[in-house]
Amino acid sequence: MSPEIVYQLIFATGQTLYMVGVSALLGTLFGLPLGAFLATSKSGEILAAPAANAVIGAVVNATRSTPFIILVVAIIPFTRLIAGTSIGTSAAIVPLTIASAPFIARIVESSIREVDPGLIEAARAMGATPMQIVRKVLIPEALSSITLGLTLAVVSLISYSAMVGAVGGGGLGDLGIRYGYQRFMPDVMLVVVVSLIALVQSVQSAGDALARKLNRRARHG
Amino acid sequence: MNALALPLARPASVASEPARAKPVIRLEAVTKIFQPRGRTAPVTALADLTLDIAEGEIVGIIGRSGAGKSTLVRLINGLEKPTSGHVIVDGVVLSELAESDARTARRSIGMVFQHFNLLASRTAAGNIALPLEIAGVAEAEIKTRVDELLGLVGLSVERDRYPSELSGGQKQRVGIARALATKPKVLLCDEATSALDPETTGQILQLISRIRDEIGVTVVLITHEMAVVKAIADRVAVLDEGHLVETGATFEIFAHPGHESTRAFVAATAKVDMPDVLRTRLEAEPIAGGATILRILFSGPHATDPILARLSRSTGVEFNIIAAQVEFIGGRPFGNIIVSVPWSKQTIDTIQASLQGLGLSSEVLGHVA
Ligand SMILES: Nc1ncnc2c1ncn2[C@@H]1O[C@H](COP(=O)(O)OP(=O)(O)OP(=O)(O)O)[C@@H](O)[C@H]1O
Ligand SMILES: [Mg+2]
Repeated sequence: MSPEIVYQLIFATGQTLYMVGVSALLGTLFGLPLGAFLATSKSGEILAAPAANAVIGAVVNATRSTPFIILVVAIIPFTRLIAGTSIGTSAAIVPLTIASAPFIARIVESSIREVDPGLIEAARAMGATPMQIVRKVLIPEALSSITLGLTLAVVSLISYSAMVGAVGGGGLGDLGIRYGYQRFMPDVMLVVVVSLIALVQSVQSAGDALARKLNRRARHG
Repeated sequence: MNALALPLARPASVASEPARAKPVIRLEAVTKIFQPRGRTAPVTALADLTLDIAEGEIVGIIGRSGAGKSTLVRLINGLEKPTSGHVIVDGVVLSELAESDARTARRSIGMVFQHFNLLASRTAAGNIALPLEIAGVAEAEIKTRVDELLGLVGLSVERDRYPSELSGGQKQRVGIARALATKPKVLLCDEATSALDPETTGQILQLISRIRDEIGVTVVLITHEMAVVKAIADRVAVLDEGHLVETGATFEIFAHPGHESTRAFVAATAKVDMPDVLRTRLEAEPIAGGATILRILFSGPHATDPILARLSRSTGVEFNIIAAQVEFIGGRPFGNIIVSVPWSKQTIDTIQASLQGLGLSSEVLGHVA
Protein backbone atom coordinates (compact mmCIF):
# COMPACT_ATOMS: atom_id res chain seq x y z
CA MET A 1 0.00 0.00 0.00
CA SER A 2 1.30 3.39 -0.94
CA PRO A 3 1.95 6.02 1.73
CA GLU A 4 -0.88 7.97 0.08
CA ILE A 5 -3.35 5.18 0.87
CA VAL A 6 -2.06 4.85 4.43
CA TYR A 7 -2.59 8.59 4.88
CA GLN A 8 -6.12 8.23 3.47
CA LEU A 9 -6.83 5.41 5.91
CA ILE A 10 -5.73 7.41 8.90
CA PHE A 11 -7.68 10.44 7.73
CA ALA A 12 -10.84 8.36 7.12
CA THR A 13 -10.57 6.78 10.57
CA GLY A 14 -10.43 10.27 12.03
CA GLN A 15 -13.54 11.27 10.07
CA THR A 16 -15.45 8.20 11.27
CA LEU A 17 -14.48 8.85 14.89
CA TYR A 18 -15.49 12.50 14.53
CA MET A 19 -18.88 11.77 12.92
CA VAL A 20 -19.76 8.91 15.26
CA GLY A 21 -18.47 10.70 18.35
CA VAL A 22 -20.29 13.98 17.77
CA SER A 23 -23.54 12.41 16.60
CA ALA A 24 -23.53 9.94 19.53
CA LEU A 25 -23.04 12.86 21.89
CA LEU A 26 -25.78 14.96 20.28
CA GLY A 27 -28.05 11.94 19.91
CA THR A 28 -27.70 11.26 23.64
CA LEU A 29 -28.27 14.90 24.45
CA PHE A 30 -31.64 14.76 22.67
CA GLY A 31 -32.42 11.09 23.18
CA LEU A 32 -31.93 10.95 26.96
CA PRO A 33 -34.57 13.55 27.92
CA LEU A 34 -36.85 12.28 25.17
CA GLY A 35 -36.57 8.71 26.47
CA ALA A 36 -37.10 9.86 30.07
CA PHE A 37 -40.23 11.69 28.93
CA LEU A 38 -41.55 8.69 26.99
CA ALA A 39 -40.98 6.46 30.03
CA THR A 40 -42.88 8.67 32.47
CA SER A 41 -45.68 10.38 30.54
CA LYS A 42 -48.29 7.72 29.84
CA SER A 43 -51.52 8.21 31.74
CA GLY A 44 -51.14 7.56 35.46
CA GLU A 45 -47.36 8.02 35.36
CA ILE A 46 -45.43 10.72 37.20
CA LEU A 47 -45.25 13.17 34.27
CA ALA A 48 -48.57 12.10 32.78
CA ALA A 49 -49.15 13.75 29.39
CA PRO A 50 -50.70 11.00 27.29
CA ALA A 51 -51.34 13.17 24.22
CA ALA A 52 -47.74 14.46 24.02
CA ASN A 53 -46.52 10.94 24.70
CA ALA A 54 -48.52 9.59 21.77
CA VAL A 55 -47.36 12.33 19.38
CA ILE A 56 -43.69 12.05 20.30
CA GLY A 57 -43.94 8.27 20.23
CA ALA A 58 -45.33 8.42 16.68
CA VAL A 59 -42.57 10.79 15.49
CA VAL A 60 -39.93 8.54 17.03
CA ASN A 61 -41.41 5.49 15.33
CA ALA A 62 -41.62 7.25 11.96
CA THR A 63 -37.98 8.31 12.13
CA ARG A 64 -36.89 4.86 13.17
CA SER A 65 -38.73 3.13 10.36
CA THR A 66 -37.28 5.37 7.63
CA PRO A 67 -34.27 3.64 6.01
CA PHE A 68 -31.16 5.65 6.89
CA ILE A 69 -30.06 6.36 3.34
CA ILE A 70 -33.53 7.77 2.51
CA LEU A 71 -33.43 9.87 5.68
CA VAL A 72 -30.08 11.33 4.63
CA VAL A 73 -31.47 12.47 1.30
CA ALA A 74 -34.90 13.49 2.56
CA ILE A 75 -33.58 15.94 5.13
CA ILE A 76 -31.00 17.65 2.89
CA PRO A 77 -32.78 21.06 3.16
CA PHE A 78 -32.82 20.75 6.95
CA THR A 79 -29.16 19.73 6.97
CA ARG A 80 -28.28 22.81 4.90
CA LEU A 81 -30.20 24.97 7.37
CA ILE A 82 -28.30 23.58 10.35
CA ALA A 83 -24.80 22.97 8.94
CA GLY A 84 -24.76 25.65 6.25
CA THR A 85 -24.04 22.96 3.68
CA SER A 86 -25.46 19.58 2.80
CA ILE A 87 -22.12 18.07 1.79
CA GLY A 88 -19.16 16.96 3.92
CA THR A 89 -18.28 15.29 7.17
CA SER A 90 -19.80 17.93 9.44
CA ALA A 91 -23.02 17.98 7.42
CA ALA A 92 -23.27 14.20 7.77
CA ILE A 93 -23.55 14.63 11.52
CA VAL A 94 -27.06 16.05 11.09
CA PRO A 95 -28.73 12.91 9.65
CA LEU A 96 -26.65 10.68 11.94
CA THR A 97 -27.91 12.61 14.97
CA ILE A 98 -31.48 12.55 13.73
CA ALA A 99 -31.29 8.81 13.21
CA SER A 100 -29.68 8.07 16.56
CA ALA A 101 -31.74 10.31 18.88
CA PRO A 102 -35.02 8.34 18.52
CA PHE A 103 -33.13 5.06 18.78
CA ILE A 104 -31.45 6.26 21.97
CA ALA A 105 -34.79 7.57 23.25
CA ARG A 106 -36.37 4.12 22.94
CA ILE A 107 -33.35 2.53 24.61
CA VAL A 108 -33.52 4.98 27.51
CA GLU A 109 -37.28 4.48 27.76
CA SER A 110 -37.03 0.72 28.04
CA SER A 111 -34.15 0.96 30.55
CA ILE A 112 -36.15 3.35 32.74
CA ARG A 113 -39.22 1.14 32.57
CA GLU A 114 -37.12 -1.67 34.03
CA VAL A 115 -36.60 0.31 37.26
CA ASP A 116 -38.56 -1.14 40.20
CA PRO A 117 -41.82 0.87 40.57
CA GLY A 118 -41.33 0.56 44.34
CA LEU A 119 -38.51 3.10 44.04
CA ILE A 120 -40.86 5.63 42.44
CA GLU A 121 -43.34 4.99 45.24
CA ALA A 122 -40.58 5.51 47.82
CA ALA A 123 -39.41 8.75 46.20
CA ARG A 124 -42.97 10.06 45.96
CA ALA A 125 -43.47 9.23 49.64
CA MET A 126 -40.35 11.35 50.38
CA GLY A 127 -42.02 14.28 48.68
CA ALA A 128 -39.92 14.22 45.49
CA THR A 129 -41.09 16.19 42.46
CA PRO A 130 -41.43 14.29 39.16
CA MET A 131 -38.21 15.91 37.92
CA GLN A 132 -36.37 14.88 41.09
CA ILE A 133 -37.63 11.33 40.61
CA VAL A 134 -36.28 11.29 37.05
CA ARG A 135 -32.91 12.82 37.94
CA LYS A 136 -32.21 11.24 41.30
CA VAL A 137 -33.89 7.87 40.99
CA LEU A 138 -34.81 6.72 37.50
CA ILE A 139 -31.72 7.74 35.52
CA PRO A 140 -29.14 6.68 38.16
CA GLU A 141 -30.91 3.35 38.65
CA ALA A 142 -31.16 2.74 34.89
CA LEU A 143 -27.65 3.98 34.12
CA SER A 144 -25.99 0.59 33.72
CA SER A 145 -28.70 -0.57 31.35
CA ILE A 146 -28.67 2.78 29.49
CA THR A 147 -24.90 2.43 29.03
CA LEU A 148 -25.35 -0.96 27.36
CA GLY A 149 -28.03 0.55 25.13
CA LEU A 150 -25.82 3.50 24.21
CA THR A 151 -23.08 1.07 23.25
CA LEU A 152 -25.55 -0.55 20.90
CA ALA A 153 -26.43 2.87 19.48
CA VAL A 154 -22.76 3.76 18.89
CA VAL A 155 -22.19 0.46 17.10
CA SER A 156 -25.10 1.13 14.76
CA LEU A 157 -23.85 4.69 14.25
CA ILE A 158 -20.54 3.24 13.07
CA SER A 159 -22.41 1.18 10.52
CA TYR A 160 -24.63 4.14 9.48
CA SER A 161 -21.55 6.31 9.08
CA ALA A 162 -20.38 4.00 6.31
CA MET A 163 -23.36 5.18 4.25
CA VAL A 164 -22.80 8.93 4.46
CA GLY A 165 -20.25 8.73 1.67
CA ALA A 166 -23.34 9.38 -0.47
CA VAL A 167 -23.30 12.98 0.73
CA GLY A 168 -19.55 13.36 0.83
CA GLY A 169 -19.32 12.49 4.47
CA GLY A 170 -16.11 10.54 4.09
CA GLY A 171 -15.00 8.08 6.71
CA LEU A 172 -13.85 4.48 6.64
CA GLY A 173 -16.91 3.07 4.89
CA ASP A 174 -16.62 5.63 2.11
CA LEU A 175 -12.93 4.79 1.66
CA GLY A 176 -13.77 1.12 1.41
CA ILE A 177 -16.35 1.79 -1.32
CA ARG A 178 -14.20 4.20 -3.34
CA TYR A 179 -10.86 2.36 -3.20
CA GLY A 180 -11.73 -1.17 -2.25
CA TYR A 181 -14.76 -1.56 -4.51
CA GLN A 182 -14.71 1.05 -7.27
CA ARG A 183 -10.92 0.98 -7.83
CA PHE A 184 -10.78 -2.71 -7.03
CA MET A 185 -8.12 -2.64 -4.29
CA PRO A 186 -9.00 -5.67 -2.11
CA ASP A 187 -6.16 -4.95 0.32
CA VAL A 188 -7.69 -1.52 1.12
CA MET A 189 -11.09 -3.14 1.55
CA LEU A 190 -9.57 -5.67 3.93
CA VAL A 191 -7.87 -2.99 6.04
CA VAL A 192 -11.11 -0.97 6.16
CA VAL A 193 -13.17 -3.95 7.25
CA VAL A 194 -10.61 -4.98 9.86
CA SER A 195 -10.47 -1.40 11.20
CA LEU A 196 -14.26 -1.27 11.48
CA ILE A 197 -14.34 -4.61 13.28
CA ALA A 198 -11.65 -3.42 15.69
CA LEU A 199 -13.56 -0.19 16.29
CA VAL A 200 -16.83 -2.00 17.00
CA GLN A 201 -15.04 -4.50 19.24
CA SER A 202 -13.39 -1.82 21.32
CA VAL A 203 -16.60 0.22 21.65
CA GLN A 204 -18.47 -2.90 22.76
CA SER A 205 -15.79 -3.91 25.27
CA ALA A 206 -15.57 -0.42 26.71
CA GLY A 207 -19.37 -0.22 26.97
CA ASP A 208 -19.62 -3.61 28.64
CA ALA A 209 -16.90 -2.76 31.13
CA LEU A 210 -18.50 0.57 32.02
CA ALA A 211 -21.97 -0.99 32.38
CA ARG A 212 -20.54 -3.68 34.65
CA LYS A 213 -18.90 -1.05 36.82
CA LEU A 214 -22.15 0.88 37.07
CA ASN A 215 -24.26 -2.17 37.86
CA ARG A 216 -24.59 -2.29 41.61
CA ARG A 217 -27.40 -4.83 41.59
CA ALA A 218 -25.07 -7.81 41.45
CA ARG A 219 -22.42 -8.50 44.04
CA HIS A 220 -18.91 -7.95 42.77
CA GLY A 221 -15.53 -6.80 44.06
CA MET B 1 -68.68 -15.75 74.54
CA ASN B 2 -67.36 -13.33 77.08
CA ALA B 3 -69.01 -10.49 78.88
CA LEU B 4 -65.79 -8.49 78.78
CA ALA B 5 -65.41 -8.60 75.02
CA LEU B 6 -66.24 -4.97 74.40
CA PRO B 7 -62.87 -3.51 73.54
CA LEU B 8 -64.37 -0.48 71.78
CA ALA B 9 -65.85 0.58 75.08
CA ARG B 10 -62.73 0.06 77.15
CA PRO B 11 -60.68 3.22 77.35
CA ALA B 12 -59.28 2.62 80.81
CA SER B 13 -56.04 0.72 80.29
CA VAL B 14 -52.64 2.34 80.61
CA ALA B 15 -51.61 1.61 77.05
CA SER B 16 -54.67 3.20 75.48
CA GLU B 17 -54.14 6.34 77.56
CA PRO B 18 -52.13 8.16 74.82
CA ALA B 19 -55.26 8.09 72.66
CA ARG B 20 -56.43 11.03 74.70
CA ALA B 21 -53.22 12.97 74.11
CA LYS B 22 -52.90 15.24 71.10
CA PRO B 23 -53.59 13.17 67.99
CA VAL B 24 -50.86 13.30 65.34
CA ILE B 25 -52.93 11.38 62.83
CA ARG B 26 -56.65 11.86 62.66
CA LEU B 27 -58.83 9.97 60.22
CA GLU B 28 -62.36 11.38 60.10
CA ALA B 29 -65.01 9.24 58.44
CA VAL B 30 -62.60 8.31 55.66
CA THR B 31 -64.04 6.40 52.73
CA LYS B 32 -62.06 5.34 49.69
CA ILE B 33 -63.79 3.92 46.65
CA PHE B 34 -61.82 2.76 43.62
CA GLN B 35 -63.37 2.64 40.20
CA PRO B 36 -61.34 0.01 38.40
CA ARG B 37 -60.93 0.39 34.66
CA GLY B 38 -63.43 -1.41 32.51
CA ARG B 39 -66.98 -2.02 33.53
CA THR B 40 -66.32 -3.78 36.85
CA ALA B 41 -68.13 -2.59 39.96
CA PRO B 42 -66.46 0.03 42.17
CA VAL B 43 -64.37 -1.33 45.06
CA THR B 44 -64.85 0.15 48.52
CA ALA B 45 -61.34 -0.21 49.91
CA LEU B 46 -62.11 1.71 53.12
CA ALA B 47 -65.52 2.49 54.55
CA ASP B 48 -66.24 5.31 56.99
CA LEU B 49 -63.06 4.85 58.97
CA THR B 50 -62.49 7.05 62.02
CA LEU B 51 -59.29 6.68 64.02
CA ASP B 52 -57.05 8.94 66.12
CA ILE B 53 -53.40 8.12 66.63
CA ALA B 54 -51.65 9.96 69.43
CA GLU B 55 -48.16 11.39 69.51
CA GLY B 56 -45.51 8.81 70.40
CA GLU B 57 -47.87 5.89 70.14
CA ILE B 58 -47.11 2.63 68.32
CA VAL B 59 -50.32 1.54 66.67
CA GLY B 60 -50.62 -1.79 64.91
CA ILE B 61 -53.09 -1.95 62.04
CA ILE B 62 -53.86 -5.53 61.21
CA GLY B 63 -55.99 -7.00 58.48
CA ARG B 64 -56.15 -9.79 55.97
CA SER B 65 -55.05 -9.41 52.37
CA GLY B 66 -57.30 -6.92 50.64
CA ALA B 67 -58.57 -5.45 53.91
CA GLY B 68 -57.41 -1.98 52.83
CA LYS B 69 -54.13 -1.66 54.73
CA SER B 70 -52.01 -0.33 51.88
CA THR B 71 -54.81 2.01 50.86
CA LEU B 72 -54.83 3.38 54.39
CA VAL B 73 -51.06 3.96 54.24
CA ARG B 74 -51.38 5.81 50.94
CA LEU B 75 -54.11 7.99 52.41
CA ILE B 76 -52.01 8.82 55.47
CA ASN B 77 -49.03 9.92 53.36
CA GLY B 78 -51.28 11.75 50.94
CA LEU B 79 -50.42 9.69 47.86
CA GLU B 80 -54.12 8.95 47.56
CA LYS B 81 -57.07 11.19 48.39
CA PRO B 82 -60.14 9.92 50.23
CA THR B 83 -63.40 9.75 48.30
CA SER B 84 -64.95 11.39 51.37
CA GLY B 85 -63.80 12.29 54.87
CA HIS B 86 -60.61 13.94 56.08
CA VAL B 87 -57.06 12.84 56.69
CA ILE B 88 -55.26 15.13 59.14
CA VAL B 89 -51.58 14.63 59.88
CA ASP B 90 -49.79 16.87 62.36
CA GLY B 91 -52.60 19.41 62.15
CA VAL B 92 -52.54 19.62 58.36
CA VAL B 93 -55.57 18.45 56.40
CA LEU B 94 -53.63 16.35 53.87
CA SER B 95 -56.70 15.40 51.93
CA GLU B 96 -57.27 19.04 50.91
CA LEU B 97 -53.73 20.08 49.98
CA ALA B 98 -52.58 20.91 46.48
CA GLU B 99 -49.97 18.47 45.15
CA SER B 100 -46.99 20.78 45.78
CA ASP B 101 -48.00 21.40 49.40
CA ALA B 102 -48.71 17.72 49.85
CA ARG B 103 -45.13 17.01 48.75
CA THR B 104 -43.77 19.23 51.51
CA ALA B 105 -46.16 17.69 54.03
CA ARG B 106 -44.96 14.19 53.09
CA ARG B 107 -41.53 15.04 54.47
CA SER B 108 -43.03 14.89 57.95
CA ILE B 109 -44.09 11.30 57.30
CA GLY B 110 -41.37 8.65 56.97
CA MET B 111 -42.16 5.46 55.17
CA VAL B 112 -40.68 1.96 55.55
CA PHE B 113 -41.46 -0.68 52.92
CA GLN B 114 -41.78 -4.45 52.86
CA HIS B 115 -39.23 -4.84 50.07
CA PHE B 116 -37.01 -2.02 51.39
CA ASN B 117 -37.17 -0.07 48.10
CA LEU B 118 -33.55 1.04 48.33
CA LEU B 119 -31.69 2.45 45.34
CA ALA B 120 -29.26 -0.21 44.12
CA SER B 121 -27.05 2.53 42.70
CA ARG B 122 -26.50 4.23 46.07
CA THR B 123 -24.62 3.08 49.15
CA ALA B 124 -26.28 2.83 52.56
CA ALA B 125 -25.21 6.43 53.25
CA GLY B 126 -26.36 7.55 49.79
CA ASN B 127 -29.79 6.04 50.30
CA ILE B 128 -30.21 7.75 53.65
CA ALA B 129 -29.12 11.04 52.06
CA LEU B 130 -31.78 10.88 49.32
CA PRO B 131 -34.74 12.35 51.21
CA LEU B 132 -32.45 15.12 52.49
CA GLU B 133 -31.30 15.93 48.95
CA ILE B 134 -34.92 15.98 47.87
CA ALA B 135 -35.74 18.39 50.69
CA GLY B 136 -32.87 20.63 49.57
CA VAL B 137 -30.73 20.28 52.71
CA ALA B 138 -27.16 21.63 52.45
CA GLU B 139 -24.46 19.08 51.70
CA ALA B 140 -22.48 19.52 54.93
CA GLU B 141 -25.62 19.13 56.96
CA ILE B 142 -26.59 16.00 55.04
CA LYS B 143 -23.30 14.38 55.92
CA THR B 144 -23.67 15.00 59.66
CA ARG B 145 -27.25 13.86 59.66
CA VAL B 146 -26.48 10.68 57.70
CA ASP B 147 -23.68 9.73 60.11
CA GLU B 148 -26.02 10.33 63.03
CA LEU B 149 -28.70 8.12 61.47
CA LEU B 150 -26.25 5.35 60.59
CA GLY B 151 -25.28 5.34 64.27
CA LEU B 152 -28.91 5.26 65.37
CA VAL B 153 -29.62 2.08 63.38
CA GLY B 154 -26.23 0.51 64.12
CA LEU B 155 -24.81 0.57 60.60
CA SER B 156 -21.86 2.96 60.90
CA VAL B 157 -19.47 0.29 59.63
CA GLU B 158 -21.63 -0.49 56.60
CA ARG B 159 -22.02 3.12 55.47
CA ASP B 160 -20.31 2.66 52.10
CA ARG B 161 -21.83 -0.69 51.20
CA TYR B 162 -24.35 -1.07 48.41
CA PRO B 163 -27.71 -2.75 49.11
CA SER B 164 -26.55 -5.86 47.23
CA GLU B 165 -23.84 -6.18 49.89
CA LEU B 166 -26.25 -6.00 52.85
CA SER B 167 -28.46 -8.62 54.54
CA GLY B 168 -32.24 -8.20 54.60
CA GLY B 169 -32.15 -6.95 58.18
CA GLN B 170 -29.40 -4.45 57.35
CA LYS B 171 -31.34 -3.25 54.31
CA GLN B 172 -34.36 -2.60 56.48
CA ARG B 173 -32.18 -0.68 58.95
CA VAL B 174 -31.13 1.52 56.05
CA GLY B 175 -34.82 1.82 55.13
CA ILE B 176 -35.67 2.93 58.66
CA ALA B 177 -32.78 5.43 58.81
CA ARG B 178 -33.86 6.84 55.45
CA ALA B 179 -37.44 7.18 56.66
CA LEU B 180 -36.24 9.10 59.73
CA ALA B 181 -33.85 11.38 57.82
CA THR B 182 -36.13 14.40 57.58
CA LYS B 183 -37.11 14.07 61.26
CA PRO B 184 -40.69 13.09 60.53
CA LYS B 185 -43.46 13.12 63.10
CA VAL B 186 -44.80 9.82 61.85
CA LEU B 187 -43.14 6.56 60.82
CA LEU B 188 -45.38 4.50 58.54
CA CYS B 189 -44.34 0.87 58.23
CA ASP B 190 -46.15 -1.13 55.55
CA GLU B 191 -45.40 -4.81 56.21
CA ALA B 192 -41.88 -3.72 57.19
CA THR B 193 -40.92 -7.13 58.55
CA SER B 194 -42.87 -9.43 56.26
CA ALA B 195 -39.83 -10.20 54.09
CA LEU B 196 -37.60 -11.03 57.08
CA ASP B 197 -37.02 -14.20 59.09
CA PRO B 198 -38.49 -14.34 62.62
CA GLU B 199 -35.22 -13.51 64.38
CA THR B 200 -34.48 -10.50 62.17
CA THR B 201 -38.13 -9.45 62.50
CA GLY B 202 -37.66 -9.36 66.26
CA GLN B 203 -34.52 -7.22 65.95
CA ILE B 204 -36.16 -4.75 63.57
CA LEU B 205 -39.22 -4.45 65.82
CA GLN B 206 -37.00 -3.83 68.84
CA LEU B 207 -35.17 -1.16 66.85
CA ILE B 208 -38.46 0.56 65.97
CA SER B 209 -39.58 0.39 69.57
CA ARG B 210 -36.24 1.83 70.79
CA ILE B 211 -36.41 4.65 68.25
CA ARG B 212 -39.90 5.54 69.41
CA ASP B 213 -38.63 5.70 73.00
CA GLU B 214 -35.59 7.78 72.02
CA ILE B 215 -37.08 10.30 69.63
CA GLY B 216 -40.78 10.06 70.36
CA VAL B 217 -41.84 9.43 66.78
CA THR B 218 -45.36 8.12 66.25
CA VAL B 219 -45.35 4.68 64.62
CA VAL B 220 -48.04 3.10 62.46
CA LEU B 221 -47.31 -0.60 61.88
CA ILE B 222 -49.29 -2.14 59.08
CA THR B 223 -49.21 -5.92 59.15
CA HIS B 224 -51.07 -9.14 58.62
CA GLU B 225 -49.17 -10.84 61.43
CA MET B 226 -50.46 -10.61 64.98
CA ALA B 227 -47.00 -11.55 66.29
CA VAL B 228 -45.66 -8.21 65.03
CA VAL B 229 -48.39 -6.26 66.77
CA LYS B 230 -48.01 -8.29 69.93
CA ALA B 231 -44.28 -7.56 70.09
CA ILE B 232 -44.37 -3.76 70.20
CA ALA B 233 -47.75 -2.14 69.56
CA ASP B 234 -49.42 -0.13 72.31
CA ARG B 235 -52.71 -0.24 70.52
CA VAL B 236 -54.28 -2.32 67.77
CA ALA B 237 -56.80 -1.47 65.09
CA VAL B 238 -58.34 -4.37 63.19
CA LEU B 239 -59.39 -3.84 59.58
CA ASP B 240 -61.77 -6.22 57.91
CA GLU B 241 -62.93 -5.68 54.33
CA GLY B 242 -62.45 -1.93 54.58
CA HIS B 243 -64.14 -1.57 57.96
CA LEU B 244 -62.44 -0.77 61.24
CA VAL B 245 -63.99 -3.56 63.30
CA GLU B 246 -62.11 -3.22 66.55
CA THR B 247 -59.58 -1.00 68.30
CA GLY B 248 -58.09 -1.27 71.74
CA ALA B 249 -54.98 -1.65 73.82
CA THR B 250 -52.93 -4.58 72.55
CA PHE B 251 -53.36 -6.54 75.76
CA GLU B 252 -57.12 -6.13 75.76
CA ILE B 253 -57.38 -7.21 72.15
CA PHE B 254 -55.48 -10.38 73.00
CA ALA B 255 -57.28 -11.08 76.23
CA HIS B 256 -60.75 -10.30 74.92
CA PRO B 257 -60.90 -10.29 71.14
CA GLY B 258 -64.38 -9.08 70.21
CA HIS B 259 -64.66 -9.48 66.47
CA GLU B 260 -64.52 -12.80 64.65
CA SER B 261 -61.67 -11.53 62.49
CA THR B 262 -59.66 -10.47 65.55
CA ARG B 263 -60.22 -13.85 67.14
CA ALA B 264 -58.83 -15.55 64.06
CA PHE B 265 -55.70 -13.38 64.24
CA VAL B 266 -55.25 -14.04 67.97
CA ALA B 267 -55.74 -17.78 67.50
CA ALA B 268 -53.21 -17.85 64.68
CA THR B 269 -50.55 -16.33 66.90
CA ALA B 270 -51.22 -18.45 70.00
CA LYS B 271 -48.22 -20.67 70.46
CA VAL B 272 -50.15 -22.94 72.77
CA ASP B 273 -52.09 -25.63 71.03
CA MET B 274 -53.21 -29.20 71.46
CA PRO B 275 -50.93 -31.98 70.26
CA ASP B 276 -52.21 -33.45 66.99
CA VAL B 277 -52.81 -36.89 68.54
CA LEU B 278 -55.33 -35.28 70.82
CA ARG B 279 -56.90 -33.01 68.24
CA THR B 280 -57.76 -35.90 65.95
CA ARG B 281 -59.60 -37.67 68.77
CA LEU B 282 -61.63 -34.62 69.71
CA GLU B 283 -65.42 -34.99 69.71
CA ALA B 284 -68.03 -32.26 69.83
CA GLU B 285 -70.34 -34.14 72.23
CA PRO B 286 -69.45 -35.11 75.82
CA ILE B 287 -68.53 -38.73 76.38
CA ALA B 288 -69.55 -40.51 79.58
CA GLY B 289 -66.45 -41.59 81.48
CA GLY B 290 -64.28 -39.48 79.16
CA ALA B 291 -62.62 -36.11 79.63
CA THR B 292 -63.25 -32.54 78.57
CA ILE B 293 -60.57 -30.31 77.06
CA LEU B 294 -60.65 -26.71 78.25
CA ARG B 295 -58.67 -23.65 77.23
CA ILE B 296 -58.21 -21.11 80.01
CA LEU B 297 -56.94 -17.63 79.31
CA PHE B 298 -55.23 -15.96 82.24
CA SER B 299 -55.05 -12.23 82.14
CA GLY B 300 -55.49 -9.26 84.41
CA PRO B 301 -54.76 -9.29 88.12
CA HIS B 302 -55.00 -13.09 88.44
CA ALA B 303 -52.64 -13.99 85.65
CA THR B 304 -49.86 -14.98 88.01
CA ASP B 305 -51.96 -16.55 90.77
CA PRO B 306 -51.86 -20.33 91.32
CA ILE B 307 -55.46 -20.60 90.16
CA LEU B 308 -55.44 -24.21 88.99
CA ALA B 309 -54.19 -25.46 92.33
CA ARG B 310 -56.82 -23.46 94.13
CA LEU B 311 -59.61 -24.64 91.82
CA SER B 312 -58.49 -28.20 92.22
CA ARG B 313 -58.71 -27.91 95.98
CA SER B 314 -62.10 -26.18 96.06
CA THR B 315 -63.76 -28.46 93.48
CA GLY B 316 -61.89 -31.67 94.17
CA VAL B 317 -61.24 -32.05 90.42
CA GLU B 318 -57.85 -33.18 89.14
CA PHE B 319 -56.56 -31.09 86.26
CA ASN B 320 -54.30 -32.58 83.66
CA ILE B 321 -52.23 -29.87 81.97
CA ILE B 322 -51.79 -30.53 78.27
CA ALA B 323 -50.10 -27.32 77.17
CA ALA B 324 -49.35 -24.02 78.84
CA GLN B 325 -47.59 -20.75 78.23
CA VAL B 326 -47.27 -17.37 79.86
CA GLU B 327 -46.12 -14.47 77.71
CA PHE B 328 -45.92 -10.74 78.17
CA ILE B 329 -48.02 -8.53 75.97
CA GLY B 330 -47.69 -4.79 76.41
CA GLY B 331 -45.68 -5.59 79.54
CA ARG B 332 -48.51 -7.56 81.15
CA PRO B 333 -48.59 -11.31 81.76
CA PHE B 334 -50.95 -13.32 79.60
CA GLY B 335 -51.40 -17.02 80.25
CA ASN B 336 -52.85 -19.62 77.96
CA ILE B 337 -53.42 -23.11 79.37
CA ILE B 338 -55.06 -26.19 77.92
CA VAL B 339 -56.22 -28.74 80.48
CA SER B 340 -58.25 -31.91 80.53
CA VAL B 341 -60.71 -32.70 83.33
CA PRO B 342 -62.89 -35.78 83.86
CA TRP B 343 -66.25 -35.03 82.25
CA SER B 344 -69.33 -34.31 84.29
CA LYS B 345 -71.71 -31.52 83.47
CA GLN B 346 -71.63 -30.26 87.01
CA THR B 347 -67.82 -30.18 87.24
CA ILE B 348 -67.45 -28.25 84.01
CA ASP B 349 -70.14 -25.74 85.00
CA THR B 350 -68.56 -25.20 88.41
CA ILE B 351 -65.10 -24.67 86.94
CA GLN B 352 -66.35 -22.24 84.33
CA ALA B 353 -68.38 -20.30 86.87
CA SER B 354 -65.42 -20.01 89.25
CA LEU B 355 -63.16 -18.87 86.44
CA GLN B 356 -65.66 -16.29 85.35
CA GLY B 357 -65.90 -15.10 88.93
CA LEU B 358 -62.18 -14.39 88.77
CA GLY B 359 -62.55 -12.54 85.49
CA LEU B 360 -60.85 -15.28 83.48
CA SER B 361 -62.26 -16.70 80.31
CA SER B 362 -62.45 -20.36 79.45
CA GLU B 363 -63.57 -22.26 76.42
CA VAL B 364 -64.53 -25.91 75.93
CA LEU B 365 -62.46 -27.12 73.01
CA GLY B 366 -64.05 -30.59 72.87
CA HIS B 367 -64.27 -33.97 74.47
CA VAL B 368 -62.28 -37.20 74.36
CA ALA B 369 -63.07 -40.75 75.35
N1 LIG C 1 -55.70 1.57 42.49
C1 LIG C 1 -56.69 0.69 42.74
N2 LIG C 1 -57.68 0.50 41.85
C2 LIG C 1 -58.68 -0.35 42.10
N3 LIG C 1 -58.80 -1.08 43.22
C3 LIG C 1 -57.85 -0.97 44.16
C4 LIG C 1 -56.74 -0.07 43.97
N4 LIG C 1 -55.94 -0.14 45.06
C5 LIG C 1 -56.53 -1.04 45.89
N5 LIG C 1 -57.68 -1.53 45.36
C6 LIG C 1 -58.58 -2.51 45.99
O1 LIG C 1 -58.84 -2.08 47.31
C7 LIG C 1 -58.86 -3.19 48.21
C8 LIG C 1 -57.85 -2.97 49.32
O2 LIG C 1 -56.53 -3.04 48.78
P1 LIG C 1 -55.22 -2.83 49.65
O3 LIG C 1 -54.07 -2.88 48.73
O4 LIG C 1 -55.37 -1.62 50.48
O5 LIG C 1 -55.25 -4.12 50.57
P2 LIG C 1 -54.18 -4.63 51.63
O6 LIG C 1 -54.89 -4.74 52.92
O7 LIG C 1 -52.96 -3.79 51.60
O8 LIG C 1 -53.85 -6.08 51.11
P3 LIG C 1 -52.46 -6.88 51.12
O9 LIG C 1 -52.26 -7.43 52.49
O10 LIG C 1 -52.70 -7.98 50.12
O11 LIG C 1 -51.39 -5.94 50.70
C9 LIG C 1 -58.60 -4.42 47.37
O12 LIG C 1 -59.85 -5.00 47.07
C10 LIG C 1 -57.96 -3.88 46.13
O13 LIG C 1 -58.25 -4.68 45.03
MG1 LIG D 1 -50.85 -4.13 51.04
